[in-house]
Amino acid sequence: MISTKDVSMRFGGLTAVSDLNIEIQKNEIVGLIGPNGAGKTTAFNTITGVYKPTEGRVIFKGRDITGQKPHAITRLGIARTFQNIRLWKDMDVLENVLVACHLRMDVGVAASTLHLPGYRAKERRSREFAMSLLESVGLADQAREAATSLPYGKQRRLEIVRALATEPALLLLDEPAAGMNPQESLELMDFIGSIRDRYDLTILLIEHHMQVVMGVCSRMYVLDYGVTIAHGTPDEIRRDPKVIEAYLGVD
Amino acid sequence: MELSTFFQQLTNALSLGSLYALIAIGYTMVYGILRLINFAHGDVFMLGAYFAFYAATSLAMPWWVAFIVAIGLTAMFGMGLERVAYRPLRDSPKISVMISAIGASFLIENVGIVVFGGRPKSFPSIPLFDTVVHLGPVSVLSVSLFIPVITAAILVALLWIVNGTKTGLAMRAVSTDLDAARLMAIDVNRTISMTFGIGSLLAGLGGIMWTMKYPQLNPLMGVMPGLKCFIAAVIGGIGNIPGAVLGGFLLGVLEIMIVAFLPELTGYRDAFAFVLLIVVLLVKPSGLLGKHQAVKV
Amino acid sequence: MKIKRNTLLSLAGIALLVGAIAVADATLGRFSVRILNLSAIYIVLALSLNLLNGFTGLFSLGHAGFMAVGAYVSALLTMSPAQKDMNFFLEPIVPFLRDLQLPFPLALLAAGACAGLVAVVIGVPALRLRDDYLAIATLGFAEIIRVLITNAQSLTNGAQGLKAITKYSTTWVVWSVAALSVAFMLALVRSSYGRTMKAVRDDEVAAEAMGVNVFKVKSTSFVISSFMAGVGGALLGHMITTIDPKMFTLTLTFNILLIVVLGGNGSITGSVIGAIVVTVLMEALRFLDMPMNFLFIKTDGLPGLRMVIFSILLMIVVLYRQRGLMGNKEFNWDDFLGIFRRKGASGAGGRS
Repeated sequence: MISTKDVSMRFGGLTAVSDLNIEIQKNEIVGLIGPNGAGKTTAFNTITGVYKPTEGRVIFKGRDITGQKPHAITRLGIARTFQNIRLWKDMDVLENVLVACHLRMDVGVAASTLHLPGYRAKERRSREFAMSLLESVGLADQAREAATSLPYGKQRRLEIVRALATEPALLLLDEPAAGMNPQESLELMDFIGSIRDRYDLTILLIEHHMQVVMGVCSRMYVLDYGVTIAHGTPDEIRRDPKVIEAYLGVD
Repeated sequence: MELSTFFQQLTNALSLGSLYALIAIGYTMVYGILRLINFAHGDVFMLGAYFAFYAATSLAMPWWVAFIVAIGLTAMFGMGLERVAYRPLRDSPKISVMISAIGASFLIENVGIVVFGGRPKSFPSIPLFDTVVHLGPVSVLSVSLFIPVITAAILVALLWIVNGTKTGLAMRAVSTDLDAARLMAIDVNRTISMTFGIGSLLAGLGGIMWTMKYPQLNPLMGVMPGLKCFIAAVIGGIGNIPGAVLGGFLLGVLEIMIVAFLPELTGYRDAFAFVLLIVVLLVKPSGLLGKHQAVKV
Repeated sequence: MKIKRNTLLSLAGIALLVGAIAVADATLGRFSVRILNLSAIYIVLALSLNLLNGFTGLFSLGHAGFMAVGAYVSALLTMSPAQKDMNFFLEPIVPFLRDLQLPFPLALLAAGACAGLVAVVIGVPALRLRDDYLAIATLGFAEIIRVLITNAQSLTNGAQGLKAITKYSTTWVVWSVAALSVAFMLALVRSSYGRTMKAVRDDEVAAEAMGVNVFKVKSTSFVISSFMAGVGGALLGHMITTIDPKMFTLTLTFNILLIVVLGGNGSITGSVIGAIVVTVLMEALRFLDMPMNFLFIKTDGLPGLRMVIFSILLMIVVLYRQRGLMGNKEFNWDDFLGIFRRKGASGAGGRS
């Protein structure tokens, strides 16, 4: 599904990610873990086109997408969430999802403004789709509330729903459990597993705390100072001395 | 073009560039610390010139007293401006702060028209600055020789303040991270006030020197120099003091030289700065000496 | 039932407005009609700036430049060759343009189209910039446009400007354009495309990540806004019948910005109300600038005092009520009737 070939990202003298080689098969849930500042988010940003990697290539569905614009990459089927929630604050919950639906509506400014019949039909479908997504996470009742008035956990869910509205094949989740208590984290991981099945997704998720994702991931990559220090199944990772060392330094 | 004409123009260019540099420093310091284009900076420059004018004429002060008083008043005005128009908006969206800055600029200009009158005034001649000096084949006004020296002295002094004093350290800290600086017990308000004070002081000085060189005052005299000097600051790399000086010089030299060599472009003179600005923004948005700042995601 | 009631109310409201304009046009003096029509033109201009500033989050200070383009294009296209010859006494107009004469509606469209075209050229480089850099770059472009107009003697008649432009901006023309602009803006901002604009305004990075082609949305907004500014500029030219490059400075942009901020950034209703309030005030306070001869007291007037008042007004709004009159809300009958209901309930006074 997706692979990175020797991707490196340097900012001036600082190498945030070096020689990243990730490979994920369809319908896998893979974790990208590591201490703070390990380069996880930077890795996301190189995959989603926010940064153009200094070196290396990103291959998605057999296609080289290195250096493409973020919106073009989203169109190809990669969607993401953000570590520090980035909802549109002056819009309500439903509108937040509808903006993400716009991508698949394929209407221009003219058809949209003139409310042409084709546009009306698409708009109706988008609304139905958006509402069904919101229902699936229990946010349908709050569709008309301001997005940023939701409690923190629901905002995270809304971000995931918004990403799903772009109808991705690959979903990148940046610390989805940040700020949640252990119980909420567990529920969230169940939820992630369930959306993978329902929407036929492949998921790569960043997590700071290894324990949170052990249950849901089939494999994981461990970054430290931009370098991939280990990769394998949760059990292998748990026993890996390098991982233990990296984490002991932090936790 | 003859060699003497060339040197003549070069002297003009250097003194204009030095003036631009003086004003550009104020922009760059304020932007460096608050990420704000102080649209009213050019109007503060205008005020400096008028303060000096009234001190020297209505109050009949000796010119050097008038200058010191005017520069002091301009600095205080700048600090007051920050207090009234910018401080209340420190946590507001950037657009609001910019609108406030534009509002302040229009307010000062129009109060200027009401109070000083719309008709231009001419500054009484001061022999020290108004003498023609002959340097070989080149003859220039003495003020044109003073200006670059003053700018150079200011630059040295500022670099010392910013890099060598506690106030300068505080300025750099606030500029890097305002909240962190506050946590480190830096008096952020005082530091920002100081920055505005110094920037406005330089604008006042620049305004006075400007009227020595071009002895006409009018309430809108700050608009064009203000815009151009902001552009100079951007060209040099905004937030960077030597950059502002470099940008000021580049702009001054470019304006004078293009008109000197291509007289048919004279009518377009005021557009050069903007063209240069756009080129710089496209090729190297961080300016010649600026550091590139990536957007954090 | 409720929706039907509101539709009926809206229709009644529109009919009332049309009637009011007709009565005003027929009964008011020339000076008052001029203010009325100027309000309509400022509605168009304020909406166009609000589209950028309030709905797409692009802070542009180049509006005067696009207005200049529109005003010149439409003025030149509607003038007869004879009129042009009279204007261009310093240097003759280029022959092609001399003989080109279009009917007013086409010229108006051409004015918008040319302004939009200029926006395409400017937007490609400028829209890569953010916030204050965009503001200063657009301001720079507007200045460049002005300098070009001043110097293109045989195309624009340079600093002399154009005189005796035909007065096409009648009450019905300007108000129709204003109504069309309001309808267009309402349809745009409520559409899916309008939502993506607001997303770009609120968080560009998130918008881009959700598949919004941020650059394209910004460009579209910029071009539409410039089109409207061009049309507004053209209407202005056909109203005051003389134009010159000095008209189109930052001060003009400032006036429009004042309207948008006063009415509420991101509110169409706000821009409409703001345009009318500011235009009326602007004319009502004109006496401040003029020499006065009141009873036996003569003053020379204080030029600039009017703008002092407007600058203070703008600063008060930005400092104390950033949302302006309407915030980013729109007029709707439920809220409107709600005010009266509450007033009735709480007796005299109520909400002010």
